[in-house]
Amino acid sequence: MDLYEHQAKELFAEYGVPVPRGTVVDDPAAARAVAAEFAAAGQPRVVVKAQVKTGGRGKAGGVRLADGPDEAEAIAGQILGMDIKGHTVHKVLVEEASDIDAEYYLSYLLDRSERTFLAICSVQGGMEIEEVAHDTPDAVARVPVNPLHGVDEARAADIVRAGRLPAGAADSAAVMAQLLWQVFAGEDATLVEVNPMILTHGCEVVALDGKVTLDDNAAYRHDWDRFADTSETDPIEARARARHLNYVKLDGQVGIIGNGAGLVMSTLDVVAYAGEQFGGMRPANFLDIGGGASAEVMADGLEIVLSDPSVRSILVNVFGGITACDEVANGIVSAIGMLAARGEPVRLPIVVRLDGNKAAEGRRILDEAGIDVVEQVGTMDDAARRAAELAAAGKGA
Amino acid sequence: MAVFLTSESRVLIQGITGSEGRKHGARMLAAGTEVVGGTNPNKAGQTVDLGGAEVPVFGTVADAMAVTGADVSVVFVPAAGTKHAVIEAIDARIPLVIVITEGVPVHDTARFWAYAGKHGNKTRIIGPNCPGVASPGKSNAGIIPADITSEGRIGLVSKSGTLTYQMMYELRDIGFSTAVGIGGDPVIGTTHIDCLEAFEADDETDAIVMIGEIGGDAEERAAAFIERRVSKPVVAYVAGFTAPEGKTMGHAGAIVSGSSGTAQAKKEALEKAEVRVGRTPSETARLVRDAMPAQ
Repeated sequence: MDLYEHQAKELFAEYGVPVPRGTVVDDPAAARAVAAEFAAAGQPRVVVKAQVKTGGRGKAGGVRLADGPDEAEAIAGQILGMDIKGHTVHKVLVEEASDIDAEYYLSYLLDRSERTFLAICSVQGGMEIEEVAHDTPDAVARVPVNPLHGVDEARAADIVRAGRLPAGAADSAAVMAQLLWQVFAGEDATLVEVNPMILTHGCEVVALDGKVTLDDNAAYRHDWDRFADTSETDPIEARARARHLNYVKLDGQVGIIGNGAGLVMSTLDVVAYAGEQFGGMRPANFLDIGGGASAEVMADGLEIVLSDPSVRSILVNVFGGITACDEVANGIVSAIGMLAARGEPVRLPIVVRLDGNKAAEGRRILDEAGIDVVEQVGTMDDAARRAAELAAAGKGA
Repeated sequence: MAVFLTSESRVLIQGITGSEGRKHGARMLAAGTEVVGGTNPNKAGQTVDLGGAEVPVFGTVADAMAVTGADVSVVFVPAAGTKHAVIEAIDARIPLVIVITEGVPVHDTARFWAYAGKHGNKTRIIGPNCPGVASPGKSNAGIIPADITSEGRIGLVSKSGTLTYQMMYELRDIGFSTAVGIGGDPVIGTTHIDCLEAFEADDETDAIVMIGEIGGDAEERAAAFIERRVSKPVVAYVAGFTAPEGKTMGHAGAIVSGSSGTAQAKKEALEKAEVRVGRTPSETARLVRDAMPAQ
């Protein structure tokens, strides 16, 4: 789960990481009120920052300085509703403007290849960090962090030294490096990035921005409901999640239901290849119903896939490993029955490919059920081709 | 002798009293695996019925090893207890621990992996979130269905469970020496490279099929390894060409991997190492048939 900047900074503050004071708002009048409070406290300059879960906000005009409440309101009005790389801005963070002497970079992340954690630190922070890393890799230090030891005072000092931070900033930056490690480890993060980490003219080190990704597998041991985000979620995805279905909306026409993430991912590919011969038909979704697909799961899955108006055919691709295909076939038959009983009879063609454990029994169950929208195909490649063909023909819609 | 397992392997199940442990324990036994016992700290001294066979329950891995001579542990304990279970297995110095559990927090995996390293890597870890290891006709440790394939001379390594089963089934007439499901989590114990190295050294394996998917750079690293160190034919499949790009945050990931992690990048790296890469699982199976040396 990715956090918004303002959520990341709330977490940082809980761990004692210095961040600018600010408030997140969703309308220009509220932005004015926040700026007015800062002005009354002798801080007329504020920064208005778009809250979107993507990079490049600054370059897109989503981060702007404002002198006083009038300008803060006007700028918030311009930024709210903006589109930044496909993300609509629903909220802005209004913060006191910082007095920046230098910009550095610091992050912790998972190093998959080395199966450990990594600190990245550079004296050259700011918007161009990717180019710096590319053009002068020596200027961006990578310091491995042993998960069993973490980042203590000595390791934090190593990290900022490797990043070549100047003496005047090093001690405060090392303190921040320790605190950010506590955020990373304590919150089960897979990424904590501060860019820029600034040095003020008053010689303080402050996290001017924050990006945090949390490990969804660790949600059970944290209170992360407060970070739940409904604004960016596709409505069909949200309904699928409510039913505990692993569904991702895509932009094609062939609805996909399968078992196992790898097989479903592979099914998307095979449908896209087959679709090339039928006017560019593509998969409409990813849906992994997992092992032991019961009738209810199959009914929920079918209903979710059918609720996508761009779907013109459905491919059910199941390989029975642990799952038995006769159970899957029974699931399909009862799912179609359940949907008809709910007054939502299935009219789109459903291509079914069953193979593996009890495939013969499963196929016979479907044959005997004699459902006119169901068509069985023997192999995954042929089934994908048939589903793409039916989608292109657009029958049933 | 296949890899990682032999017909002599003595298998222990951590979490044997849970529903998954019991169900798959019975399946392993039925497949001819020597399941010698299991652990549950609260049920030491009891037995568990695995499809008609009574199997002893021990309090700890160390106790179970002392009594049964177990040399493989298969972990089914829930995600919240997985780190503790694996560390217990490492402390007992069991040679192989296979972690089936899915949903393990990556910080936990990183810690038990580091813990194994600190203790001299005496314990090979496979997984987590993996289907396990199957050597048809010899032993089956995990949840790979035993009856979908046969004994033969293909070695398989895969990140994905169902794609593994699909490939084992498509090539059931040729058969497999060993299939290793290494799991798809961001941090895993045994990698593609470890398995390639084992298959290269295994005199019962003639050709290797490798199944990968998007994310990370394990396939690219495997390609580099194959180029230098693998003489046996390798055929690969990569899933996820049409998967949408993940919402990446920040620049840190790109800075580290130096690789996009896309299916296309993986395919190109593998082909550069002269690995044949199938476009679909079926085409991959055909390429494996072509790659098998004439008998």
